[in-house]
Amino acid sequence: MELIRPTPGAETLAAHQQRLGPLPAVGSGELIAELEASGLLGRGGAGFPVGRKWRAVAERSSGNAVVLANGAEGEPLSLKDRSLMASRPHLVIDGALLAARAVGANDIIFYVGGEHRAADAALRHALAERPADPRGRARIVAAPAGYVSGEESAAVHFVDAGDARPTTTPPRPFERGVGGRPTLVQNVESLALAALIARRGHAWYRGLGHDGARGIGLLTVSGAVNRAGVHEVAFGSTLSDAAAAAGGLNDDVRAVLLGGYFGGWADMDEQWGLPLDASSLRARGLALGCGVVHFLPAESCGVEATARIMTYLASQSARQCGPCVFGLAAIADATRRLAARSPQAGDLERIVRWSGELTGRGACRHPDGAVALLQSALQVFADDFAGHQRRRCLTVAARERVAVA
Amino acid sequence: MSDTILWYATRGAGVVSLVLLTGVVVLGIVSAMRWQTASWPRFLTTGLHRNLALATLVFLALHIVTAVVDPFTALGWQAALIPFSSSYRRLWLGLGVVAIYLLAAIVVSSLLRPLFGHSAWRAIHWLTYLMWPIAVIHGIGTGTDPRFAWMLGIEAVCIGSVVAAVAWRVSGVSHTAWRQVPAASPRARKWS
Amino acid sequence: MGETIQIDRIRCDGHGLCAELLPELITLDDWGYPIIAAAAIPPSLVDHARRAVDACPVLALRLASMTAVMQKR
Repeated sequence: MELIRPTPGAETLAAHQQRLGPLPAVGSGELIAELEASGLLGRGGAGFPVGRKWRAVAERSSGNAVVLANGAEGEPLSLKDRSLMASRPHLVIDGALLAARAVGANDIIFYVGGEHRAADAALRHALAERPADPRGRARIVAAPAGYVSGEESAAVHFVDAGDARPTTTPPRPFERGVGGRPTLVQNVESLALAALIARRGHAWYRGLGHDGARGIGLLTVSGAVNRAGVHEVAFGSTLSDAAAAAGGLNDDVRAVLLGGYFGGWADMDEQWGLPLDASSLRARGLALGCGVVHFLPAESCGVEATARIMTYLASQSARQCGPCVFGLAAIADATRRLAARSPQAGDLERIVRWSGELTGRGACRHPDGAVALLQSALQVFADDFAGHQRRRCLTVAARERVAVA
Repeated sequence: MSDTILWYATRGAGVVSLVLLTGVVVLGIVSAMRWQTASWPRFLTTGLHRNLALATLVFLALHIVTAVVDPFTALGWQAALIPFSSSYRRLWLGLGVVAIYLLAAIVVSSLLRPLFGHSAWRAIHWLTYLMWPIAVIHGIGTGTDPRFAWMLGIEAVCIGSVVAAVAWRVSGVSHTAWRQVPAASPRARKWS
Repeated sequence: MGETIQIDRIRCDGHGLCAELLPELITLDDWGYPIIAAAAIPPSLVDHARRAVDACPVLALRLASMTAVMQKR
């Protein structure tokens, strides 16, 4: 287990250094090349190649760049970032230090969700264990709770002005971020993996993984499993492997939510043997995102689950852009009416139309993500949605058939 | 005599300016209220607002120039440029000069809006609510003629329409209230 | 290459003058906010586009060259 310790509690600096040795003295250009060769993809949700991102910041830095380690973890179904920070904070710190060296940064900010107490405590303690040099350049900033607080421009905006709402881009943080300086906003798991690749080389990372897939990563498995929680897997493992790692299923499963609320539904009948790696998923229009794998039990209604998610996402709008505020609210209202089997005429048509109109019409990707989730639900639960528009729930009907039989 | 012509020109241009300015203010409020019908689009309101404002400047120029060169008033340019520096009707005339400066700021910031940016432009534009009353008071105070009924009528209509428009504005619903997170909501604290 | 209309989504207050002045490229959604065609502005409409950009009460619009926009992506 590279990223999370098998036992609870944070790894001390001594244990960390004994296990992994000192931070390698690899130069900036060499380190970026290693990351690019490794094919490491970002773990915050967007899956952007890590090496390319570091290079983009390094190119614009005149030694004044900023590293923002993103541990906000606003996605409700995700637990991996807080678990990683609480378990191996020194790995995250190593990653941030290496990033600072690579991009020419003198300032390191750990942006940690304020409600992730164990992670915050572990990071503070770990920073205090470090000698004065890295400690003086680093600080921890408590991210406010809220779904969009972890968005990269929101993180920069909060550090600059105490306002965790996304800003209009361009310019993106890698061009102008904290204090107007080029800023690397990188998920803490990505930084931890970078710290391992720096020590062991890109070939080590590429060698992990099954069947042509590369690397390892953290998944948060939840839903109809026996041991919900954070599990480390090698990519190329399938959904059934992920379920097995979480103690196996404890119910029939209708669908799985991949990537959290910013991801999408996948039909279990088709995807059971689905390899969890970026290219296989992309070929099916799916993505691992932040690594959430949520198994929806067969007795749960997909329309109801979707209505709850859309209501949450609408409530989490930063309220800066009309299409997001009004569009998501209208979609959430109509989806809730459908879920309650008391829709207005044309509700289903309306949410299909609205979901076609919202993408790209906000300052950030929040409405895009919400719409993508809805569209995946409309596809995977097509029959259920059609039934609900006619005031019938297929899931309830199936349950009643089972009860009668 | 030419003196009388100048005097009438000053008074006439002044009245026309007041009427035009009143129209500009009312149209500005109509624009802010986002009023429109199928045959009266928003851009018609904003276009008229702009064009009437520029027309007002023409009549104001006439009003000021004829007043300054009129030998009867013996004003001189200093009186027109420095508020409250004339010997003739110092207070009321001075108010007119103040109104001109306020209007100049509003017009310049509007013509150069991209340079000023939206916030600065908006802040200066609110000076209209100071500028227009001052202009009206200037008009009432500098009048030397007996109060003709038609003059009183024009003033009443101008004041009445602006009062009505402002009342409409104040009673109207905000079109941007949706941006506020309700203060009582726990989310209000979540952005900072 | 051509120009396209860029919009500051946070600034936009849904006034809708842009859609009045450039209906060929801008329509309003159910709540009065603009849906803007992303393509390059046809040369015959460039003047109208400029007028639409100037008409925005909150300066949320601007014309940008397509090459600059593509490079950003």
